[in-house]
Amino acid sequence: MTPSLVRRNHWVVRLTHWVNVVAVTIMVGSGLRIFNAHPAFARPGERFPLNPWEGHGVPDWLTFGAWLGGARHWHFAAMWLLVVNGLIYVAFLALHGEWREVTPHRGDLRAAIEMIKFYLFVNKTHPRQGKHNALQKSAYFAMTVLGVILVLSGLAIWKPVSLGFITALFVNYKWARVVHFTAMALLVVLILGHIVMVFAVDPYSLRSMISGWYNDAKSPEARNARPFYHLFGPGRSAKATPADEHAA
Amino acid sequence: MTLDRRRFLTISAASITGALLTACNADPEAAHPLLAFAERKNEGVEEALFRHDAMDRVPPGARLAGAAFPRYFVSPTVPVWDAGVRGLWRLEVSGAVRQPLSLTLNDLMDKFPRVSQTVDHFCVEGWNARAEWTGLRVSELARAAGATPDARFVDFKSFDDDYHESWDMPSAMHPQTLIAYGMDGNLLGPGHGAPARVHSPVKLGYKNTKYLTAVVFMPMKNGGYWTDRGYEWYGGT
Repeated sequence: MTPSLVRRNHWVVRLTHWVNVVAVTIMVGSGLRIFNAHPAFARPGERFPLNPWEGHGVPDWLTFGAWLGGARHWHFAAMWLLVVNGLIYVAFLALHGEWREVTPHRGDLRAAIEMIKFYLFVNKTHPRQGKHNALQKSAYFAMTVLGVILVLSGLAIWKPVSLGFITALFVNYKWARVVHFTAMALLVVLILGHIVMVFAVDPYSLRSMISGWYNDAKSPEARNARPFYHLFGPGRSAKATPADEHAA
Repeated sequence: MTLDRRRFLTISAASITGALLTACNADPEAAHPLLAFAERKNEGVEEALFRHDAMDRVPPGARLAGAAFPRYFVSPTVPVWDAGVRGLWRLEVSGAVRQPLSLTLNDLMDKFPRVSQTVDHFCVEGWNARAEWTGLRVSELARAAGATPDARFVDFKSFDDDYHESWDMPSAMHPQTLIAYGMDGNLLGPGHGAPARVHSPVKLGYKNTKYLTAVVFMPMKNGGYWTDRGYEWYGGT
């Protein structure tokens, strides 16, 4: 297999991606520490049946910041990293035209079904759907939308009086807190799915998020790769070639 | 580079996991100067966002916390003003004022406009509770004492051990910042800061000094009970 290297990710995308990894890790960890100070959504004297784990915090090892006050310092410092980095990313996509690769379009639902059919062995060949397939596209788009919701609901609970008009977007402080937590949980699910899929389907894309280069000959489309295909499938033939090692 | 891909992936996965595990529930000291810098900058942002016409609004008919409203104090037992030992309770207003005041509870009730408001109480822990508070505006107190331009901060002192919290003047002068002596239509109870306390939705609960003894207008801030223990000084909502 001859490597066919292509430039896949612009340095702005790569940089903001890894800064985002740091920012989101700190925000989630410190946020969970803050949550553990009062791991419930009900106001005193009320009930909140929507949360089956009302009153139960998350394990300490998932948290960051050591204590409530410490975690708040981390949360309110890292929020600037998250927001500035996010704005750079979105501005770059908007100005560079790359927003088209991560926003939903007509036919994406059909394309997503095609992908699922392929993963479930209903279809034999990997659909070709551009830089990102429809499943990736919807995941990446959802992550950005969740990011916006997280920042807005975060402002709503940070400044419920000064920025009361933002809090009102989420009904009130209590519901803004519910939205903030739920959006975080959904984002974490998408991130975990993203990490699993990178290693399970397209580990070669890791290089494209570091150096920017991508070997098209190793793409899931070229390898006809389903999740864990390179571990269990006949695709063991997709083992790295010597020429490729040097490029890495 | 002779690092093969499989090894590279193993090493990177292991180091990321390692880094995350060491970070677990950690609070790396090296970052503290940076966090302190961020806190100062955030204070500037919060002061810029602060407006006297931005009010906390609780919809009419909203359910109040009532008896479930949390009580807390830092003394080992609930602080009660014992008039037999300490004499009649008075609120001392002093510092950068033209006319220091020493006010009894009756003075607070009779000599100042009485305000009742149903507002949120935002706790640093994340919960909020609603109650109807009755009292006088801190701004009325500042006017009566004649706070001078030097009064840029206010310290609210307490007889609950050494509890106190200092505030920026604009937050103290917010129309919803009260010296409260009534709660839900009754006199303030011992669990909630009797005979009088600070209550305002514009600051987190820990800034709202209970068991109040003195209001001191100052040119400089002087921290506070929880502030000195590492919580942010501004604590605004």
